[in-house]
Amino acid sequence: MNTTASTRARAAILVLALLLLGGGATAYTLRAASGRAAATGTADPGFTLDRGAGTLYVRDTASGRVARVDPAAPGGRVAGGPSCDRFHAAGPTALCLQRRPGVPARSYVLVLDRELREVRRIALPGIPSRARVSASGRMLSWTMFATGDSYARSAFATRTSILDLRTGYLVKNIEQIPLTLDGRRHHAPDVNYWGVTFAADDNRFYATVSTGGRTHLVEGDMRNWSARALRENVECPSLSPDGTRIAFKKRVSDGPREPWRLYVYDLRTGREHPVAERRGIDDQALWTDAETLAYGYGGAVWSVPADGTGTPRQLAADASSPAVPG
Amino acid sequence: MYLATTGRRDAPPRPTGTRRRVPGTVLALGAVSLVTDVSSEMVTAVLPLYLVLGLGLSPLQFGLLDGLSTGATALVRLLGGAGADRGGRHKQIGGLGYALSACSRLGLLLAGGATGGIAGALAADKLGKGVRTAPRDALITLHSPPEDLGRAFGTHRAMDTTGALLGPLAAFALLWATAETYEAVFAVSFCVGAFGVLLWLLFVPGRQRDEPPRETAAPRARGGLLTALRRSPAYRRIVLCAALLGAATVGDSFLYLLLQRRLDLDATWFPFLPLGAAGVYLLLAVPAGRLADRLGRRGPLLYGHGALLLAYGLLLAPVPGAAALVGVLVLLGVFYAATDGVLMALTGPFLAEGRQAGGLAVVQTAQALARLGAAVAFGALWTASGPETALVAALLALTAALCCAARLLPSVPTPEGSTT
Repeated sequence: MNTTASTRARAAILVLALLLLGGGATAYTLRAASGRAAATGTADPGFTLDRGAGTLYVRDTASGRVARVDPAAPGGRVAGGPSCDRFHAAGPTALCLQRRPGVPARSYVLVLDRELREVRRIALPGIPSRARVSASGRMLSWTMFATGDSYARSAFATRTSILDLRTGYLVKNIEQIPLTLDGRRHHAPDVNYWGVTFAADDNRFYATVSTGGRTHLVEGDMRNWSARALRENVECPSLSPDGTRIAFKKRVSDGPREPWRLYVYDLRTGREHPVAERRGIDDQALWTDAETLAYGYGGAVWSVPADGTGTPRQLAADASSPAVPG
Repeated sequence: MYLATTGRRDAPPRPTGTRRRVPGTVLALGAVSLVTDVSSEMVTAVLPLYLVLGLGLSPLQFGLLDGLSTGATALVRLLGGAGADRGGRHKQIGGLGYALSACSRLGLLLAGGATGGIAGALAADKLGKGVRTAPRDALITLHSPPEDLGRAFGTHRAMDTTGALLGPLAAFALLWATAETYEAVFAVSFCVGAFGVLLWLLFVPGRQRDEPPRETAAPRARGGLLTALRRSPAYRRIVLCAALLGAATVGDSFLYLLLQRRLDLDATWFPFLPLGAAGVYLLLAVPAGRLADRLGRRGPLLYGHGALLLAYGLLLAPVPGAAALVGVLVLLGVFYAATDGVLMALTGPFLAEGRQAGGLAVVQTAQALARLGAAVAFGALWTASGPETALVAALLALTAALCCAARLLPSVPTPEGSTT
């Protein structure tokens, strides 16, 4: 048996440790809490998307706000937009995904007009991942990472929504769309969609579907509410303005380090080619015009010709979510 | 005989009829598990957010690493068990496991966002978890009277689950207080984990606490891990049943997914489903353990799986969504309360002296691997022919496994001087 003396010694050690560890934990927390900063939700007056065709908008990493890239401005940009974690704009519509603080992860989906005034606000669970507006500005889609699907595991699922602004109809999760894979109707518990891109008719769309450890390019039809897989190993498709080519990221290595490369696939010829970007891009590329792609990499926004020639060029440092509202 | 019941004749007489107290060692082990689970669940709760928001890592990329390390845990568990049995180093090996997991939080802090470092830290955490489980359960077995094992394991599991419920709350509170500073969560989690290790060092005795070296006891079993399998037919049947029942257990995440589809549940509430089941588990763990001690451990184990069977049935039955939700969560809680600790309590008395940790590790590993297989098979069946068919198949498989287990499972050997 232990003597009372040793019991007392152990209790003393325990109390000492409690003080030391508790003190350390408290100190660390207080230090961390002192650095908190408030974010602004809305755009500054006068900051709109009407700054002429071809103007590039990005998310400014430092402020978290949407910024207009302007070489004449100090720092090369004017960060007067709303705070967004993901941003895209086209036609008369802008889409801003804004994470709300707290756990479990929740976000706001903000639909804005060209003056960046709020048109509609939707609260959804998840972490913003992809945002896309169709060229007409009528169809919106976004993807959220959902962490709750597998509580107590560090695995993820995605939820992709589609919003039709003409009717106001919202599909919160397109997971239940009847999917044809290899010519057969496909059921699976692990079906995940992400990265939607719309065709000019605002009916057809392309997206990534993942199931059984593989990813596929799917072509979806809003009116018939159906989807079919076209091609394997495609993620985050982006349809060219003329609707003939799709830029996407393709898995080229199984390792966790830089597994993807950016490719362009020609829908008419069925041929694909890599672009002149050798690094592992994990973003949904954006066609800034008929021949050029923009994407985020390493905390900056880059651009590269879509035809496989040329070299990557940095468009904006400390930025993400490129958009050219036109 | 090579049963742990040998050599317990020297146990002090206990008061009969009155409520006996749970052994101090079991409470100490429970306290360590509680504190450690607060620490580890804090990290688990915020990790996905940290990876995506804090680091901008691709989550799907990370799922890959996660799956890989899960498979490795099974092997580590066996090694931990076998290592603990060698010379009775339960305290050392278990402590190593706890320390490894606590230090993995420092690894997360130091990695500072490097993918390799984070993967390493997560692997260290899993490794620690695998290593410590069997020595810890062996210590519970060694320090509880065999006739009270059910209650001892129930108490331990209840304390463990309390920690698992408190962890996320602590993490959320910290994130709120620090405006989402994930590093603060890791730092605090490390402090809590280190406190758990200290509790282990100070209050958990080694294998032989106050027993003098027993020359009269059965000779230490020799040979590898599988010796116990060869020597004891009853133990062999337990391992077989654990694997059979495990192979018919489809996994909670599938049940939650089916519930969510059935109810069209808002995804915000989805993470709270497991908390409901955990709450029921927490409440019932001790009563179920006591019942197992009173009635024999076969019954609760079988009835617990019966509860799971009912949960499958409830998901198929045309009942209102709310009834299905509450019913499935309660039944899942009952399932865990009546089976998790009880299986260990059932196994304990059949294990050879000096082979407890390894013996428990084999049962746990058989169960874990069978469940992994079941999850894969269920997913495949769902993919091939839809969720209803998969659920019907699971129902049939569990019924068959239950019938086999009812025939195969041995009853507890009656220890001398057992009181009921």
